[in-house]
Amino acid sequence: MKKNISYRIIEGKHPIFFGMLGLSTFLILMGLYAAYNMEHQGHVITGMTNQIVWGMPHVFAIFLIVAASGVLNVASVSSVFRKSFYHPLARLSALLAITLLIGGLTVLVLDLGHPDRLIVAMTYYNFKSIFSWNIILYNGFIVICVIYLWIMMERRMQGSKPTMGLLAFLWRLVLTTGTGSIFGFLMAREAYDTAILPPLFIALSLVLGLAVFLLLLMFFSHALGERILQRPKILLGVLIGAVFYFVLAYHLTHLYITGRHGVEYFILADSGVYTALFWGGYMFLGTILPLLLLYHERFTHSRVSIGFACFLSILGGFSLLYVIIIGGQAYPLDIFPGMEVISSSFFDGASKHPYTPTGWEFMLGMGGIAISLVLTLVAMKILPFLPANLTDSDIDPEMLD
Amino acid sequence: MNEETSPSHDRRDFLKTTAVVAGLTVAPGMLLYGISEAKQDDEAVSSKVRWGMLIDTSKCADGCDACVTACVTEHGLTEESTPETKAQWIRKVGLRDKQTGKVHSLPMLCQHCESPPCVDVCPTGASFKRADGIVLVDKHICIGCRYCMMACPYKARSFIHETLENQKPYSPRGKGTVESCTMCVHRVDDGKQPACVDACSKDGHKAMLFGDMNDANSDLSKKLKEVNSSVLRPDMRLNPGIRYQGL
Repeated sequence: MKKNISYRIIEGKHPIFFGMLGLSTFLILMGLYAAYNMEHQGHVITGMTNQIVWGMPHVFAIFLIVAASGVLNVASVSSVFRKSFYHPLARLSALLAITLLIGGLTVLVLDLGHPDRLIVAMTYYNFKSIFSWNIILYNGFIVICVIYLWIMMERRMQGSKPTMGLLAFLWRLVLTTGTGSIFGFLMAREAYDTAILPPLFIALSLVLGLAVFLLLLMFFSHALGERILQRPKILLGVLIGAVFYFVLAYHLTHLYITGRHGVEYFILADSGVYTALFWGGYMFLGTILPLLLLYHERFTHSRVSIGFACFLSILGGFSLLYVIIIGGQAYPLDIFPGMEVISSSFFDGASKHPYTPTGWEFMLGMGGIAISLVLTLVAMKILPFLPANLTDSDIDPEMLD
Repeated sequence: MNEETSPSHDRRDFLKTTAVVAGLTVAPGMLLYGISEAKQDDEAVSSKVRWGMLIDTSKCADGCDACVTACVTEHGLTEESTPETKAQWIRKVGLRDKQTGKVHSLPMLCQHCESPPCVDVCPTGASFKRADGIVLVDKHICIGCRYCMMACPYKARSFIHETLENQKPYSPRGKGTVESCTMCVHRVDDGKQPACVDACSKDGHKAMLFGDMNDANSDLSKKLKEVNSSVLRPDMRLNPGIRYQGL
């Protein structure tokens, strides 16, 4: 017999709640101050240049956007794949999908050269541009998630839940495909121009989304059973493996194509920070170590291990995004194939375009994360998103299907 | 003697007057002829025309940057900035063939592609191609997302990283927008050549030939028919309006 799930709001009286709210508000103000300076003085105060045109803010923004689409997976598993085990977690999952996306989009918009002209982007669409599609996909995703949440919370609407869940699931797949295609469609740059980037982004979104979700769940749930973490833990491990598969396929394809040996050598062996972030950040910290923590007999039963694995996979995902987004630009364009550039005032012959993010960029990015956090905290204070109980005794054997 | 000088003076005066009158009569005609060649202000740009350039790399002198200087002066690209963030609409590039060792010098600018990737990716339509093939950025609707810079295979675009002052009225520019070579559209519409082409001619190199690629009788078309020329990154199949000879 299934138990009725009851939900709760967070009390919001605990000093930690206010501490988090205060810190987030401070970070948001810092982010807005950075955005103001970037608009007032221009992007010259950032590390971005005419060679590295997208920098740290884009890594933060894409990280949040990708995580937003992935975090909805928990709700999708519940309503699309009918895994009742995940039912109690669906509300929080949809809420995070909205808040993370808003945080990411805010960073993206505030980094524009002209955020004041956002209305132009919202009212004119060049349908050959994947950016235009993404504007529709992102806005649509927020609307769909809001309706999905309402349906989940409104008793009379329970019948529509699977349909809405399916729509949200399909929409998020298209959305992440769109995000991956921003890079996949860039035929001029050797690090991009590949159809494997959209599925790689989808796999990465599932890892980042689930990891963020589990961390927040562990943080907010007083009595979280050990067993309830077992299933998502296994899922997280599988997803980390899926990302690794796509990364492997991406690099193997490039290693096969002679024309791309240069960019492969650059990323895997010769680009300093990007090489270090790929091997150390993504491969070791973000893939090998979390898999060890999740599957090794010695660690697998510990909640601390699972939490740490989540944190590491987020770190790894962030590193991978940094390598893709910035490392991909740091490798110079091959404008004159077969020629060696012996002089140029525009760095055509550079072996690597340098980039050092400035504090402003970190402030803007952290501001985006803080926006997501504040929105999540406030929403959880106002409406019941969190399951009241998630102890093992609340999950009967039937639910562990 | 005096009697003889007087008619001679008269003849000289007569010739002078005739020359002045003739000059005054013919000059406006010549001027009007020049103007008639230019596009009228209210005349729409036509796709019957495709502006393009042929750059002869064998005539482009190593160390000469007359085209770059002319562009900087014409468009007021004079802001103080770091080399990494400074706008460069045209740059000189020195190349050496990896296989043969042959050295080339050439100006690199927006290639004014027939299928420009910058236009494809621009979400707001700020990057656009005129009917006559000139690729431009409408700085009034550019939101500064820089996706066009990511998409351009020629690294032809610059983002304005700081506040600008004293912009030229015919060449609007502004902080937070992306810009690139306009092929001196303001001059072309007036029936003139781009500033870089003029400068290259004045310097005596004549490495840059500008004209209408669609007009079989234009000097450019005739030359293109006569010599071997190539485009940069032909694998992209963008059909650039800038072609190189001798590369």
